[in-house]
Amino acid sequence: MTNSWTDIRNTDLVIIMGGNAAEAHPCGFKWVTEAKANRGAKLIVVDPRFNRSASVADYYAPIRQGSDIAFLLGLINWCIQHDKVQWAYTKAFTNASFVVKEGFAYQDGLFTGYDEEKRDYNRDSWEYEIGPDGYAVVDETLQHPRCVWNLLKQHVAVYTPEMVERICGTPKEKFLHIAEMIGECSSPTKTMTSMYALGWTQHSKGSQNIRGMAMLQLILGNIGVRGGGMNALRGHSNIQGLTDIGLLSNMLPGYLNLPIEKEADFATYISTRGFKPLRPNQMSYWQNYKKFFVSFMKSMYGDAATAQNDWAYDYLPKLDVPNYDILRMFERMKKGEVNLYFCQGFNPLQAFPNRAKLAEGLSKLKMLVIMDPLQTETARFWENHGVFNNANTASIKTEVIQLPTTCFAEDEGSLVNSGRWLQWHWPGGSPPGEARTDAWIMAQIHLRLKEMYRKEGGAFPDPIVNLNWSYKNPEDPSPEELAKEMNGSALVDVFDPNDPTKKILEAGKQLSGFGLYRDDGTTAGGCWIYAGSWTEAGNMMARRDNSDPDDTGAYLKWSFAWPANRRIIYNRASADLDGKPWDPSRKLIEWDGTKWTGYDVPDIAPNAKPGDVGPFIMNPEGTGRLFVRKMMRDGPFPVHYEPFESPVANVIAPKVRGNPVARVFADDWKQFADIGDPNFPYAGTSYRLTEHFHYWTKNNHVNSVLQPQQFVEISEELAREKGIVKGGWVRVWSKRGEIFAIAVVTKRIKPLTVDGKTVHVVGVPIHWGFVGAARKGFPANVLTPFVGDANIETPEFKAFMVNIEPSTGPVA
Amino acid sequence: MNMELSRRAFLRTSGAGLAGSTLGAFGFGEAEAAVAAYVKPFHLANTVEARNTCTYCSVACGIIIFSKGDLRKGEKADIVHIEGDADHPTNRGTLCPKGAALKDIVKSETRLTQPMVRKPGSDKFEPIAWDAALDKIARAMKDDRDANFIAKNKDGVTVNRWLTTGFLAASATTNETAFATYKVVRSTGMLGFDNQARV
Repeated sequence: MTNSWTDIRNTDLVIIMGGNAAEAHPCGFKWVTEAKANRGAKLIVVDPRFNRSASVADYYAPIRQGSDIAFLLGLINWCIQHDKVQWAYTKAFTNASFVVKEGFAYQDGLFTGYDEEKRDYNRDSWEYEIGPDGYAVVDETLQHPRCVWNLLKQHVAVYTPEMVERICGTPKEKFLHIAEMIGECSSPTKTMTSMYALGWTQHSKGSQNIRGMAMLQLILGNIGVRGGGMNALRGHSNIQGLTDIGLLSNMLPGYLNLPIEKEADFATYISTRGFKPLRPNQMSYWQNYKKFFVSFMKSMYGDAATAQNDWAYDYLPKLDVPNYDILRMFERMKKGEVNLYFCQGFNPLQAFPNRAKLAEGLSKLKMLVIMDPLQTETARFWENHGVFNNANTASIKTEVIQLPTTCFAEDEGSLVNSGRWLQWHWPGGSPPGEARTDAWIMAQIHLRLKEMYRKEGGAFPDPIVNLNWSYKNPEDPSPEELAKEMNGSALVDVFDPNDPTKKILEAGKQLSGFGLYRDDGTTAGGCWIYAGSWTEAGNMMARRDNSDPDDTGAYLKWSFAWPANRRIIYNRASADLDGKPWDPSRKLIEWDGTKWTGYDVPDIAPNAKPGDVGPFIMNPEGTGRLFVRKMMRDGPFPVHYEPFESPVANVIAPKVRGNPVARVFADDWKQFADIGDPNFPYAGTSYRLTEHFHYWTKNNHVNSVLQPQQFVEISEELAREKGIVKGGWVRVWSKRGEIFAIAVVTKRIKPLTVDGKTVHVVGVPIHWGFVGAARKGFPANVLTPFVGDANIETPEFKAFMVNIEPSTGPVA
Repeated sequence: MNMELSRRAFLRTSGAGLAGSTLGAFGFGEAEAAVAAYVKPFHLANTVEARNTCTYCSVACGIIIFSKGDLRKGEKADIVHIEGDADHPTNRGTLCPKGAALKDIVKSETRLTQPMVRKPGSDKFEPIAWDAALDKIARAMKDDRDANFIAKNKDGVTVNRWLTTGFLAASATTNETAFATYKVVRSTGMLGFDNQARV
């Protein structure tokens, strides 16, 4: 989230698209209710189903899953055509005026530089023109034919209301009604918030779905303001924290990147991370990258990371592909290229697509290690449960070790919510039986490995034997020690270079913020964005003062929000060019003539004059980006691409199948239904129910009573066509597998007309398996295709093709 | 007055049931509401409170765990009740149908309580001691890493990567657990390292 849950109360208009907050985030959704009740805010819901959020919306429109980009670019086009643009904001705070290099072009669904064989682009032309002064060329009049604004206008022109209807199945008048509601928020005193979740991310173009809305929010002037923003409603309780700390194939903590093998040495790696400002006076905060990187390496390797050995740069593994993401790892498993796999509180047999492929992969492992508080299907993938898990037990040679761990109620530490609040919690109960904390287990594994490498030697022992593990009890590092380590501390006394009598840092003291991080090895800090969370003043994450002066929803003294306890990021953009709030009734910060002050921690240097420094301080432009340069694999602007399985060909680019740069493994192509395949005529989608959380709560008796049994949801029209009765059994199958479920025949789903063709939607809730207190059932991933988003490899769970027929139910 | 009966009667006449009502959504069905009337004074006087955060979604509702026994005094603590934290700015004491049933996930019959091993080809899990399990795991890691570690790529560039072992990290563990996990996994050179955020 750019904003926070409690800030939603400040909005005028909520759009829920790509999520279903009333169902999946009920206690956060209450802030929508507050905004409606107290401010007269309106709620728009756009979804293939008339879902729980839609049931309390002011306006609902249906959309075919996988067509969101056409809808969003349609909205941008409509706003441009009808002058519903916050011009002062757009001109000054976005890159609308930046001139793009000659040679950049877009045609028939593809940008310049496409290589069909590699399914990749040469992105060199997707950049700004750089002037003789070394800065990007801008045309503040927006007249230049290659300025971002004119390229955008041209790019979105095809997405007319008629085209939106043709692609999305959303009736034109409904689209227009929504466009008018949204267009009102181009006023500096009206704002809209976007609440989205996996309904947008789980597509082969998920990242571009989100960009589409971010671009719309920028031209409406809704980023950085109270009641506005791009608000990702994240899933698990600490999925934000694990992302922040970089537990991803290609990441280091704090959104730093793991090196790739072309970056053979540290000098090469850091040379592309200078982040020289692209306009005069810009902050380009990533210029501090080296400080964050070196401090991280000091935290990892202590005295073994020195200037002489490039801060132990060689200790980091180097990537030869963009990612060894989970899809790639299961592909490798299937090919017999993986021997050991760990699942820490993760149930991939349920959570990744094409279950049959996942089971085949797991069967080829030598060892599978499970760390979990609960039984999972993954831990028992070898167990035969008839149709629910038809494993050939005796033939599966994988050794499985299952380790019992504590759960939230038995451990201490911090979790990061969607609004970036790091909230500390305390244990309430003793662990059951012999369950231990994950940190203890990781310490045990590390200490054993270290001991073996010391004794026996082996492959490159250095990063293991030199890992900084200086905890009071190395067998069991404490949450306090680990939290302090992430915050960062001074390793030696540091003196002001201009005044050697002045000590700026004292050895052993916690750093108060990331501004004190240094690139000379004198500070250590595991995750720079968490600096300030545990300072010499104590544990800021444990703060529980819920005061909220003037009811702004900021709660600055409750817990700690990264970065720097800032509650709304980009908040400089809440004020105009002179530093006055766009909307005085929703003041966030303002320029008082000498400094920025207000209700939030300013997202700008406190003394940076309003006219000089742009609000988007992380970007070298100082602006938000409508054109994202070469930073995304599939284009500087979003394009409507069909899902890999789709009822229709791409109307705007009939030759393009799916996202043209999404990675597809050879065997998986064969398991995709053809476009418009009559064997798989219905558009499937997956979703959650409020009574369940993924595959956990079927282990809970109460939740299993509330929603005991799997169902699929279809329209009355489809039910009639197929002779399916309400409450009767159906079989649903895709090119990858079949499930049996009870049919819920509902008015909540209606057939859509897409490119002149009737498209029926089949909804498949995800929550069932063969373990737990609920009735046995089939997880939705039996059906879904093995392909991910082109940028980050999040699987395409939300749009796939199936068939359906009445059935007598599963034969166990 | 019989509190239980009057509360029940009130709920019945107002037509509130667990599934449909606002109270129901907050976890107070008929029976719960009645029990709550007893439990309130009881749990404040007889239990120890711990502030915690709901383990499910990222709304991160504040909760209070009530236990018999005090962990801070080194005692065993048995959780008897969990409710929403009224002081919390986000949820202000409310919980959803999942949060309202948190105690039952902590106490689920399918909680794991001891290390187990499933041997190749076997149709069952068998108990194994912690030390034996951890020794086995560490040995398997070392052997696999030593056999398959890639120190240099074909161009002679130092790459120090290990691709034959992978690690999926949790997403409901704490930041502190995540950082300990990060250090241990990354120090081995493993690249098949991800968390639930990938989904």
